[in-house]
Amino acid sequence: MTEGESKRISISIPIELYRKIEGRIAGTSFRSVEEYVVSKLENEFPSEPVYTKEEEELIRERLRKLGYIE
Amino acid sequence: MLPPHGGRLIDKITPEKDRAQLTAEAVELPSVSVSDEFRKDLECIAYGIFSPLRGPLNRNDYLSVLEKGRLEGGLPWTIPIVLDASEREASKISEGDDIHLSCDGKPFAIMHIEDRYKIDRKAHAEMVYRTVDTNHPGVAKTMAMGPLLLGGEIDLFLETPGKIPKYRLKPKETRFLFKEMGWRTVAGFQTRNAPHIGHEYVQKTALAFADGLFINPLIGKKKAGDFRDEVIVDAYEALFRNYYLRNSTTLVTLEMEMRYAGPREAIFHAIARKNFGCTHFVVGRDHAGVGNYYGPFEAQEIFGDYPDLGIAPIFFRSFFHCEKCGGVANDKVCPHGPEDHVNFSGTKMRQLLVKGERPSEMMMRPEVVDAILKHPEPFVS
Repeated sequence: MTEGESKRISISIPIELYRKIEGRIAGTSFRSVEEYVVSKLENEFPSEPVYTKEEEELIRERLRKLGYIE
Repeated sequence: MLPPHGGRLIDKITPEKDRAQLTAEAVELPSVSVSDEFRKDLECIAYGIFSPLRGPLNRNDYLSVLEKGRLEGGLPWTIPIVLDASEREASKISEGDDIHLSCDGKPFAIMHIEDRYKIDRKAHAEMVYRTVDTNHPGVAKTMAMGPLLLGGEIDLFLETPGKIPKYRLKPKETRFLFKEMGWRTVAGFQTRNAPHIGHEYVQKTALAFADGLFINPLIGKKKAGDFRDEVIVDAYEALFRNYYLRNSTTLVTLEMEMRYAGPREAIFHAIARKNFGCTHFVVGRDHAGVGNYYGPFEAQEIFGDYPDLGIAPIFFRSFFHCEKCGGVANDKVCPHGPEDHVNFSGTKMRQLLVKGERPSEMMMRPEVVDAILKHPEPFVS
């Protein structure tokens, strides 16, 4: 079991919905129904972008200089 | 915030401390000269606007993009970003080589050559533009390309300041900005025009259900008759000063050329805005079209083929001023007939502006008209 798998948990969805998703993602970059569902949920619960302290200071200073933020 | 296309924001900008050494090494390498427009594409790659691309497409990705509108791994990608070379240039280059790329004689990037392959220009044009008519600007450009394509990663060590530096942000910066503004949902709006009332209506309608509006005009080579870059920016500044809230709208330029590839370009434009951090993308009638090469709503219909795009399109059909409604309306909300409608004809507005005349306030904000008319030559000739 990989580290990624060990951090996962199973949930159930109706089989009819599963089949519909299978049809919808055929020929797309989603390799599984699980990948599709995870991507939709990630859209619903997005993560914050991560910046180093140095990056954050540089970007904030530039945006301030350009008048995007105060 | 939504992840970038492919999951990670690409950064191919050489760190400041390594630039001098890379520049010195680069001049010893064989070179390929590129146009100013292609240099802008490479900057888009380096900044992550074209994530997950790390350089001009290799053969497998190129063929997959042409045939399926997807990279080899299946990820949506519709416009081939390719580096063409002449036989003479390519004869000095082998797979595995490092070369430098230059523009106007000045080296600006190293490219690690993964492969070199032939282009079938006709097939390329047919797949991307759906026509081989050389009156189409994209087809004409394709037909003038060199016979060989070079694929591989780049490292950019010399950036251009940009045509309008104060509005040029990288995705890393826009994503930070959206976070600072507290925008969870952001609607991206692509434009190559100075705004008329119809555009404002679409933008504000999109803003009604998104936290922020990201207006992102294309700055770069356009066809004759299009607004000049400075005019577009000045016109938007006027609109912003007078009609937009600062805490919900922002203006950032995107320096790259129009391809006029209609439906395929709509997907490409959406991907670029996804990388900037947008969650939604506005697609209007005949998005990125030219002449009559594409149906009015083909650029919307193509989104049905990409459920894995990762950015939600917002479709607008036709909008107009309705005399009876007493304002801007669209065909989903207005019950009145065409006799009551006045269309926002960009062509008519241009015809007036070329003569130094003012479109009516029903069509264009007076402050926007002032901003346009202060330019003696507002249009590309």
